[in-house]
Amino acid sequence: MEGIVYLYVFMLAAFTGYEVISRVPVILHTPLMSGSNFIHGVVLVGGMVTLGHAESGLQMLLGFIAVVLGAANAAGGYVVTERMLGMFKSGNRKGGA
Amino acid sequence: MTGHWFIHAAYLAVAVVFIFGLKAMASPATARKGIVWAGYAMVAAVIVTFFWPGMENRWLIVLGILLGGVVAWRSGKKVAMTEMPQMVAIYNGMGGGAAAAIAAVEFARGEIHGPAVLVMAVLGALIGAVAFSGSCVAWAKLAGKMKRAYRFPNQRTLSTLLAIIVGWLGIGIVVDGHPWAIAIILFFAVALLLGVVVTAPIGGADMPVVISLLNAFTGLAVGFEGYVLQIPALIVAGIVVGASGTLLTHLMAKAMNRPIRNVLFTPLTGEAQDEAQAIEGRMQETSALDAAATMRYAAKVIVVPGYGMAVAGAQHKVWEMSQLLEEAGVSVAFAIHPVAGRMPGHMNVLLAEAGVPYDKIFDLDEINNDFAQADVALVIGANDVVNPVARTDKSSPIYGMPILNVDHARHVIVVKRGQGTGYSGVENALFYKDNCHMLYGSAQEVVADVIQHVKSMEG
Repeated sequence: MEGIVYLYVFMLAAFTGYEVISRVPVILHTPLMSGSNFIHGVVLVGGMVTLGHAESGLQMLLGFIAVVLGAANAAGGYVVTERMLGMFKSGNRKGGA
Repeated sequence: MTGHWFIHAAYLAVAVVFIFGLKAMASPATARKGIVWAGYAMVAAVIVTFFWPGMENRWLIVLGILLGGVVAWRSGKKVAMTEMPQMVAIYNGMGGGAAAAIAAVEFARGEIHGPAVLVMAVLGALIGAVAFSGSCVAWAKLAGKMKRAYRFPNQRTLSTLLAIIVGWLGIGIVVDGHPWAIAIILFFAVALLLGVVVTAPIGGADMPVVISLLNAFTGLAVGFEGYVLQIPALIVAGIVVGASGTLLTHLMAKAMNRPIRNVLFTPLTGEAQDEAQAIEGRMQETSALDAAATMRYAAKVIVVPGYGMAVAGAQHKVWEMSQLLEEAGVSVAFAIHPVAGRMPGHMNVLLAEAGVPYDKIFDLDEINNDFAQADVALVIGANDVVNPVARTDKSSPIYGMPILNVDHARHVIVVKRGQGTGYSGVENALFYKDNCHMLYGSAQEVVADVIQHVKSMEG
């Protein structure tokens, strides 16, 4: 039964993603792609849980790789998105504050 | 579902904030707030996860986060705005790799119960591995480490064959339940190879679409692994990105009039040139002085920026020039093709950096009819997106792609580094038109020259 509930979560999340993006000005396409790139960086949490419950050397190694890659995805995705959007501050003053 | 209730309550809150953050990022006024909220949510999710019951290897986890996080943070801070697209590609690939690694651990543990969970694990592993190797190839191409599109004979047959093999191995893993290690290793190897084979031949204006598609892939992979680990926050975040990324990919592909299937299987290359119509006429060169005079005494100038402007970092100079022209009474507008540069919106980001107001920047649909009334269309480092061949020559690989009709303007001035074809390798018929003049040189230097000449004409 619980498995079916998760499938409902899948379905609703898919509709949510579709709705959230449906009306976006072209100027924000790149920052938005970058922003959603950051959000799937939450895979880091999955990597942490996996490494935290690793039972063998191989599992530890793979789990560690998952944590490193996930952390890079999250940190890099954040910095790049934040820098891009920093340019969209209101007023469009050169340099911005 | 395991874990303390407060962990799951925190994850729920994180998922909600992610969705609100993404929503905020879809509007210019709130975009920056959106990413900051999502950032706080991510930090909260990571901290809470340390309290997951039965967590071991905590120091190793901290080490891994520091290692990956600090390296990516610093490289993200350092990189120039023009190199953003490849950074998005590589960070995306890392997310896909993480999802695939999680799946690998689950396979190694061999405790996955039930066919539904196994199917999800296999799908996540497959998609994650393809996103990882595909993004690495995309990064190498955009960073100039891989100079051109690699095409091999029967590329389509090879990728289909690899897809069949990996599908067969995947089904084997699901049916078996406790597969041999060798089958799992082979499964990952073929999946990684598939990502390379599918991405390697793609080039030119198709690149942004591919990055967007790979981004959606990683989202799906994360969502599927979230199902395997039974962490709903991962499912929600991953699937929301998967769905929105798919829509974004579709919007981009539509802007280019190229179905996604064509992007993947009939790459834009110059190889169709043999059959393409020969272009008659010759290119005419002009000087910075003539270009300055033509624009200074025009009524309406439309600037069309492309990747050449990004490479030269000329956006500040271009805006300085536009302001000078406006002071002289010329009306200046910027026309952005949906796939100008290496990512949709790439040009908008650069122009925003230089301080160009939004109301001077127009989409293809908004401005395309205005070229007929414009005195000058100034093309700065754009090529394929202004190639009239896309309208006229059915044998051309870019036929059918909507283009900016710069050739309808009275004069066209093209700033370009040298002769030669654009990224797609297709010859540009625009350059041979009677009303078109070429201004060779790096965009940065050429525009600086034009600025000097415009200044000397004042008063």
